[in-house]
Amino acid sequence: MLITCPYCGPRDVIEFTYQGDGNRERPQPASQDLDAWNAYVYDRLNPAGDHNEIWQHSGSCRAHLRVVRNTLTHEISSVAFTRGDHKVAARHKAEGKS
Amino acid sequence: MAEYSAFSLLKNALTGNKDWKPAWRKPDPKASYDVIVIGGGGHGLSTAYYLAKEHGITNVAVLEKGWLGSGNVGRNTTAVRSNYLLPANTRFYEHSMKLWENLSHDLNYNVMFSQRGCLNLAHTPAQLDDFARRGNAMRHLGVDAGLMTTAEIARLVPALDVSATARFPIVGGLMQRRAGTARHDAVAWGYARGADRRGVDIIENCEVTGFLRDGDRISGVSTSRGDIRARKVAVAVAGSTGQVMRLAGIDTMPIESHVLQAFVTESLKPFINTVLTFGMGHFYMSQSDKGGLVYGGDLDGYNSYAQRGSLPVVDEVMSEMLALFPGLARVRMLRSWGGVCDMSMDGSPIITTGPLPGMYLNCGWCYGGFKATPASGWCFAWTIAKDEPHDFNAPFTLDRFHRGLVIDDKGQGATPRLH
Repeated sequence: MLITCPYCGPRDVIEFTYQGDGNRERPQPASQDLDAWNAYVYDRLNPAGDHNEIWQHSGSCRAHLRVVRNTLTHEISSVAFTRGDHKVAARHKAEGKS
Repeated sequence: MAEYSAFSLLKNALTGNKDWKPAWRKPDPKASYDVIVIGGGGHGLSTAYYLAKEHGITNVAVLEKGWLGSGNVGRNTTAVRSNYLLPANTRFYEHSMKLWENLSHDLNYNVMFSQRGCLNLAHTPAQLDDFARRGNAMRHLGVDAGLMTTAEIARLVPALDVSATARFPIVGGLMQRRAGTARHDAVAWGYARGADRRGVDIIENCEVTGFLRDGDRISGVSTSRGDIRARKVAVAVAGSTGQVMRLAGIDTMPIESHVLQAFVTESLKPFINTVLTFGMGHFYMSQSDKGGLVYGGDLDGYNSYAQRGSLPVVDEVMSEMLALFPGLARVRMLRSWGGVCDMSMDGSPIITTGPLPGMYLNCGWCYGGFKATPASGWCFAWTIAKDEPHDFNAPFTLDRFHRGLVIDDKGQGATPRLH
């Protein structure tokens, strides 16, 4: 399996570390919402099909990546830096979206 | 008289082997049953068998999407052991071991259970201390365990490199003598035949496409062969748990599906007479009665439903084998395959009533489901028949994660790919 790192180009999967499901939403650190914490730690969508997941290019540029990969065929349809994520979250917050 | 015996073998040999009955019928589904078991793997079939045998519930259907035993019951590395650390796991798997010890007689079907032992190799003094602790925990609960010295290990497995100059020198090991292997397909076929002869309908090529409801209550399933109603619907679908639960409107589960590969070499003369595990990586090996070395290692490490693996893990498993047995470098690998494992968040299974009224759930076997087959079915049948868990499976609830009662034998936390 090859993952095309936006910085390094196509590289073998052995250069990457899997960091799991990218759909999970971490509650704010001060949050005392136990259900939200439990859901974050334990509950998974686990789809058979396109899966939004986080990988790190640990064997090279060390960038954290958001990858959409099909769990039935292992085909990868998109790879992006996760470092854009917080900007998207901030924009949503400014626009009043959750 | 037992259906399979030396006498019936002789009698059928003399009459040209024309009178054998198929091991199970191929019935069409009825309109309704008392219990539907979704999943015709080892656990589903053993559940149906024990429902009929222990609880007298024979109006049961087992629904299988493919052919019988096409999933993980035919894809594992056949090891059977009960060498766990935590009491909930030890008690459950020891109950399974006791059922294994009488399984061929019970089923009147030779599952070729061979108690050849399971030896965990230790490569550092700290690891040996840890094994001693686990061995003591096992003995405390009445399970056999014993430490072995390097000299004893060298006598038991002469091919092993036990020298001090080995890549990972062996300092000792933990042995469970009553552990061993069983013929995996025979387990599926034996349970299928046992359930069928007691009146259970085993329906192959029947995919569940949705759940029928009566108010809040699950009252049956819609399938590729029509709607089937039942008072109780039991789910035992291993790697497909998330998919089947989604059909019931439950979107998240404490489960990730991962692929685990297994390998077999060409047939060799007797080479190892035990199940062996490597302590400096993740590798386990035994030798089948045909002579092939059967072995495996880690998960591929990312969510997958593909039932096939990737090459980096093949490379890693082979290198671990050669670290233990340099002499196997020229042996050819014949086949490799993958199975989809339902990895739970603490490495322990779920056998419970619910989560919806009328539904029962059996999942989260990680890659240890084969050895659990008898006890899983036995406990699940109890839970379905009595609407409450047996003491053996009472800790294996679905809500234990949210209640802080996880059973994490490896102490790995909620990282399913590492259990």
